[in-house]
Amino acid sequence: MRLVLTGNYAAAYAAKAAKVEVVSAYPITPQTQVVEKLSEFIERGEMNARYIRVESEHSAMAACIGAAMAGARVFTATSAHGLIYMSEMLWWAAGARLPIVMGVITRAMAPPWSIWSDHCDLLSLRDIGWIIYFCENAQEVFDTIIQAYKVAENEEVLLPAMVGWDAFQTSHTAEPVDVLSPDEVSKYLPPRRPLPYVIDFERPFTHGSLCYPDRYMEFRYLMDLSMSKAKKAIVEADEEYGDLFGRKYGGVLEKYLCEDAEIAVVTMGVLSGDARYAVDILRKEGYKVGLVRLRVVRPFPSSELKKELKSKKLVCVIDRNISIGRGGILGTEIKALLKNSSANVVNVVAGIGGRDVSYEDIVNIVKRSLDLVEKGEVPEYMWYGIDKEYVVKAVGEYYEPPAL
Amino acid sequence: MYSTVVYKEIRWHGRGGQGAVTSAELFAAAAVRDGFYAVSIPFFGAERRGAHVVAFNRISDTRVYVRSSIKNPDFVVVLDSKLLGLEHDKKRIFSGLKKESVLVVNADKEVAESLGWRNVACVNATEIALKNRLVLAGIPLTNTAMLGALAKVFGEISLKSFEEAVKAKWSGRRAEVNLMALREGYSGVRWI
Repeated sequence: MRLVLTGNYAAAYAAKAAKVEVVSAYPITPQTQVVEKLSEFIERGEMNARYIRVESEHSAMAACIGAAMAGARVFTATSAHGLIYMSEMLWWAAGARLPIVMGVITRAMAPPWSIWSDHCDLLSLRDIGWIIYFCENAQEVFDTIIQAYKVAENEEVLLPAMVGWDAFQTSHTAEPVDVLSPDEVSKYLPPRRPLPYVIDFERPFTHGSLCYPDRYMEFRYLMDLSMSKAKKAIVEADEEYGDLFGRKYGGVLEKYLCEDAEIAVVTMGVLSGDARYAVDILRKEGYKVGLVRLRVVRPFPSSELKKELKSKKLVCVIDRNISIGRGGILGTEIKALLKNSSANVVNVVAGIGGRDVSYEDIVNIVKRSLDLVEKGEVPEYMWYGIDKEYVVKAVGEYYEPPAL
Repeated sequence: MYSTVVYKEIRWHGRGGQGAVTSAELFAAAAVRDGFYAVSIPFFGAERRGAHVVAFNRISDTRVYVRSSIKNPDFVVVLDSKLLGLEHDKKRIFSGLKKESVLVVNADKEVAESLGWRNVACVNATEIALKNRLVLAGIPLTNTAMLGALAKVFGEISLKSFEEAVKAKWSGRRAEVNLMALREGYSGVRWI
């Protein structure tokens, strides 16, 4: 069935199609539509689920943890301050190995107050043991949430999964979405199997109690091991989904015109749409450019990225996030991967706080990056689109991260 | 090649509460009913009634991936003519217009003529909204009348698909009055 849906409504339809049994969430812009639609589905009896109302995101995740421990398939969604407020509970969910799926509609953190997208909120939680997907558009949001349950509930994985998408440009943008029914999805996603980590009053067990230094490390090792297995599960889940429903996304990376490319643009999220267009424009001008879009941040697609990028002349990583004092988070990770290769990595920070990044901008970014590589003046990272006049007026100088 | 995809771009200007975002969504829904690929992209500012709100549509025969904001629209729809009287708002409405861009405004002929733009179509959508009692918190809901006006001026999507999109969005009396407004906007729009 083809419907015109926003990214947020697509997420609600996906949770319904995945036969989610418990939803607990607290509203926050730009996530609100997701839980509004879900509560509507539940109220009308279109979805056989319980909606647990709570007073905060911290409690929302606590309710999700309880429901998941009781064996239910659980969904929630949040953004920015809501995500950070629930962050303590996110560690509990991951450590308890609960296959919760959560939509994260990325929004810039305050102050100053903002409701628009960047990825700092989500990426600040990249190290806690959640699988992290990131989508480009509403169709992918729908497909990925369903795939995320398949991966999270995989017995070799058993880790919670966040599925990210950009505020407004994806969350509130309406586009044609092919929606699957719960019956169609049940061919792909069977009911959640009660696994050893599910509460059973007949077989009581202790969970989350004190773990001495002679054992704690093994728990973290086992999470890391499962995360490494998640990569194969992600690729297989995407393949199987594609075979059944006709849409797949390349597993952990989506590639466009990469085969003969000397230059690779690396992106994540909604600006990848403009990046595809920018690649075409640059191709017409004679540049051999391709696009690599990260679909998964955790597990990090290290070997896949290294294979794809190691022999490129220029790898231009566009980060819609900033690790203050270090540069773009994806750029930093990719530079580490390529340190012994001949590839030149230019890390560009752009689109922070919802700043528009159009295909014209991406064409400019690639040309400037190429120029820096040719001059041998590649900086540690660079900001794109800063109003220099404003900065100079404010503090009397403009700072450019220096070449290494 | 994605860049060979030809699309048309529409920019909606209104005030918070008038329904610019809903109109853009209905436009996309109608276009998809007629076999087009269409997206509607809202830009929210301050979350309050009365603030200048902008929304966008891209429409094409094939899938469009570009999601950045629209800078050079083919059509600009203005839900509240008073925005044209305010220097800062007027500047936003006229920004990036191409020679052949069309302005569709909620205004009488006189106001529309005074804009000094070569391609202007107008309809008094406020009158249509008031007549159909489409008013919320004192703000006339001019969006469906202006959707009708754009439907006529755009010309490539059937009125029937717009009607179906409205019926899918509302039911009962709300659907009825919005359908009336849509049709009156469609038949009432005039080129200057």
